[in-house]
Amino acid sequence: MRDQIVVLAVVLPLLAAPACVLLRHPRVTRLFSLGVVAACFAIAVALLVEVRGGNVISYQLGGWPPPLGIEYRVSVINAYLLVLVTAMALVVLSFHSSGGPHRVPERRRHLYYAVFLLCISGLLGITITGDAFNIFVFLEISSLSSYILVSLGGHRRAVMSAFYYLVMGTIGGVFFMLGVGLLYQATGTLNLRDIAARLEPSLDDRSTLLALALLVVGISIKLAVFPLHHWLPNAYSFAPPKVSAFLAATATKVSFYLLAMILFTIFGAPFVFGELQLHMVLMPLSILAMFLASGAAIFQTDLRRLLAYSSVAQIGYMTLGLSTANAVGLAGGLVHLFNHAVMKGGLFLVVACLLYRVGSVHLDALAGVGRRMPLSSAALVVGGLSLIGVPGTVGFVSKWYLVSGVLERGWTAAAVLILLSSLLALVYVGRVVEALYFRRPAADHVRPDLREAPLGMLAPTWILIAAAVVFGLTTDWTYGVAAEAAELLLQGGI
Amino acid sequence: MNSGTTIAVALLLPVAAAVSCQVFGRLRHPNLRDLATSLIGVGTFAAVWQLGDDVLRGGRPELVLFEVLPGVELAFQVEPLGLLYGLVASGLWIATSIYAVGYMRGHHERNQTRFFTFFALSIFAAIGIAFARNLFTLFLFYEALTLLTFPLVTHHGTDEARRAGRVYLGILLFTSISFLLFAILFTWRLTGTVEFAPGGILAADTSSGMVTVLLLLYAFGAGKAALMPFHRWLPNAMVAPTPVSALLHAVAVVKAGVFAILKVVVYVFGLDLLRGSTGSLALMTIASFTMLMAAVVAIRQDNLKARLAYSTISQLAYIVLGAAMATATGILAGGMQIAMHAAGKITLFFCAGAILVATHRKKVSELDGLGRTMPWTFAAFFVASLSIIGIPPLGGSWAKWYLMVGALETGFAGQAAFLGVLMLSSLLAVFYLMPIVVRGFFAAPPGGDGGGPRKISEAPLLCVLPLVLTALLSLALFFAAPDLVDLLRF
Repeated sequence: MRDQIVVLAVVLPLLAAPACVLLRHPRVTRLFSLGVVAACFAIAVALLVEVRGGNVISYQLGGWPPPLGIEYRVSVINAYLLVLVTAMALVVLSFHSSGGPHRVPERRRHLYYAVFLLCISGLLGITITGDAFNIFVFLEISSLSSYILVSLGGHRRAVMSAFYYLVMGTIGGVFFMLGVGLLYQATGTLNLRDIAARLEPSLDDRSTLLALALLVVGISIKLAVFPLHHWLPNAYSFAPPKVSAFLAATATKVSFYLLAMILFTIFGAPFVFGELQLHMVLMPLSILAMFLASGAAIFQTDLRRLLAYSSVAQIGYMTLGLSTANAVGLAGGLVHLFNHAVMKGGLFLVVACLLYRVGSVHLDALAGVGRRMPLSSAALVVGGLSLIGVPGTVGFVSKWYLVSGVLERGWTAAAVLILLSSLLALVYVGRVVEALYFRRPAADHVRPDLREAPLGMLAPTWILIAAAVVFGLTTDWTYGVAAEAAELLLQGGI
Repeated sequence: MNSGTTIAVALLLPVAAAVSCQVFGRLRHPNLRDLATSLIGVGTFAAVWQLGDDVLRGGRPELVLFEVLPGVELAFQVEPLGLLYGLVASGLWIATSIYAVGYMRGHHERNQTRFFTFFALSIFAAIGIAFARNLFTLFLFYEALTLLTFPLVTHHGTDEARRAGRVYLGILLFTSISFLLFAILFTWRLTGTVEFAPGGILAADTSSGMVTVLLLLYAFGAGKAALMPFHRWLPNAMVAPTPVSALLHAVAVVKAGVFAILKVVVYVFGLDLLRGSTGSLALMTIASFTMLMAAVVAIRQDNLKARLAYSTISQLAYIVLGAAMATATGILAGGMQIAMHAAGKITLFFCAGAILVATHRKKVSELDGLGRTMPWTFAAFFVASLSIIGIPPLGGSWAKWYLMVGALETGFAGQAAFLGVLMLSSLLAVFYLMPIVVRGFFAAPPGGDGGGPRKISEAPLLCVLPLVLTALLSLALFFAAPDLVDLLRF
């Protein structure tokens, strides 16, 4: 039984999705999916406790030993991602409001939960499986379901954004598929560790290089690495805000895991960063992302787009950590997965609160809301401070290790640029704070009946925002785990 | 009560004050609210004072909370400089909370509960800075202080306040993130630790260039020290209600900056590494430049609070100069100046606020003859001015004395030039402070109209009493000098 829980983490939400369709009742499906996700979270936490300190759990699907059968493999990095995805899913699902705008019609609510569960199982599957083709399958499950989730945004442009996301995502998926195909051709196996063991990448081997290129570009689209990020701002700003919160906190994080796994485990750091010098591409792009995306965020007038552009910039921090290819920097990138998930998830939930009451998150509409909705606004301020990286928040922890890693690599200029770019965050967060607290609402926007969001929305929001402070002060379960994971990746393991 | 608990009490009492503000504010009991704040202020001061005995005997009381990052703890330790800064901040908080009651009510300010809440929280951050055992803890509370004072600076919520708030946050966070944090991370990279340690943590063979760069990063990074060219936030912060300008922008906030520089010089670099180095000379030069330029600008300000703000910039540079000397005398002088300038400048700001409450006048040129109707206020202003200028028997004279002695101990070729700078600066201080007193007492009041429809009298008692007390404190500090010398032995 102990081993079976590994596969349960994926199978539970996968089976629960059709069950939701059968259940139909909106409240029942909600509670049902909440229960399923809570179970997955419990499994993920149990796995993480189990694998900390270097243990690995391997499960063979159907009893077929690898490389013939599919292997599910949980080491500290997988468990870290599992906890991240399930925790965020749990918080987002428990975020609940009755009525209000931007809602899926009640008679289709059960479909929404079904798709949501599919998306979760896809993301968990990517993380947990040790088989390259299986990754592709789960990648498509999660992507297809996230296109659907985005299209539920209610606005006409949500459909358009979802379609654009679909086109880009499919291109990414196809690239990934082709890359896996080339690897299969080169090694004759689909098991990740088997591929890693047999693959002898060299600069002369065109097909392996092509495989690497396809895989990296394919995943970079999904991860929204600058300049392949164009689908992201639209998708995040027109999706239902809860979906934005979930996707921002998980989908890109899982893609980041894939990228790290391919670079470090399959191709190996000595080849990718030693011979190929991939950081010569990745590092400048990361820095450009930090500056251009943050710069774009400054000029947004819609809070959701602002946060979406900020996400692109934050992904730049993660890939910068990756490109240092040293223990501290990589751990900094990995810990930022969790840290960014917590703060951006929390911020998008605040957006949901504001949308629910104010009806719009245009900065003009938010004028003077600080007095009317003090708790939501305060959550926005704390989350914003974390984006800036004020000490005592998770953003600071990430920055501390990213800069340390970059300095260790000898990139002093990049270290300065990281710090300078966080000042851009200060500007865009400052604009929101000014709107909330200093601007008076325009005459036609005065809303004397504006009240604080209901507790069912505020509580999950504040759980994430509080986590952004708590994990800014105690880092054993964030940085500690990330450091172990980074160590493992640098040794080429998963 | 063991000393760790005392540290916790000193830290938590201001938080308790903030909570009680909120509670009583919501219950609409302004009198209880303000009384509670003042009493808790006394308690905070007593707690810090109690730590003093131990420190004077050479003890270093500690409180370690938990590990934040591997090898980096949230931890507090009381050493002489921190004790001094903690005493100054918490002691003057008592005076300010009494003064603020008179001022805020006399001036009919709104949102008083929010004001007093953030005020208490700012003191919490200041005590955290004072007792920080490592650079991380210092930085944590340093940033917290910036953010917690922001609502105070923008208290009025007007466009002017918002603009000032932008400059305030912009400069303070820009310098702290791009310079101070970078310097801390660089130190971490070089030494693998961020703990303050007697004798410094940087290796003795650190190259001179590296020392210079790091020292300047720290000095400019502590933007609260208002070294030019990162000083503009301070005059901007004067848009805040006067108690804020008095305690925070003459004492707690600005002293946090120079205190950080002193701490870094003593416990990160170590005096031996810095003494006679290029970095020391560079920082002394920058401090001298700031000292003179700010004094010249102060002379030209007609707005009383702006004039005092530039005077603060100039006087803070004294402390930076003392730190940059990296001699025992320099550090002593810097530490003394923290206390002496605090007592003097807070009095001056209290007076400016009292004048504002009584007459609604903000400009120096409007003060003619006011000394006759507000004798207590102007007498206190006179006493505090003498202390700032550095005339015995007032506290400020000791700081200046030791600075001059220190300047002659540095061993640089042109060390006498710094002596000249100090003398010139004192002379300039006469020029920007004395005309105010002279106008008040000797100029004829603007004639004819009988002083307007309202007869001007002295400000409310709760305003006047604290400023008289702090003026007397300036005097008392002159005689407390031996104790300070005893405390600040490096």
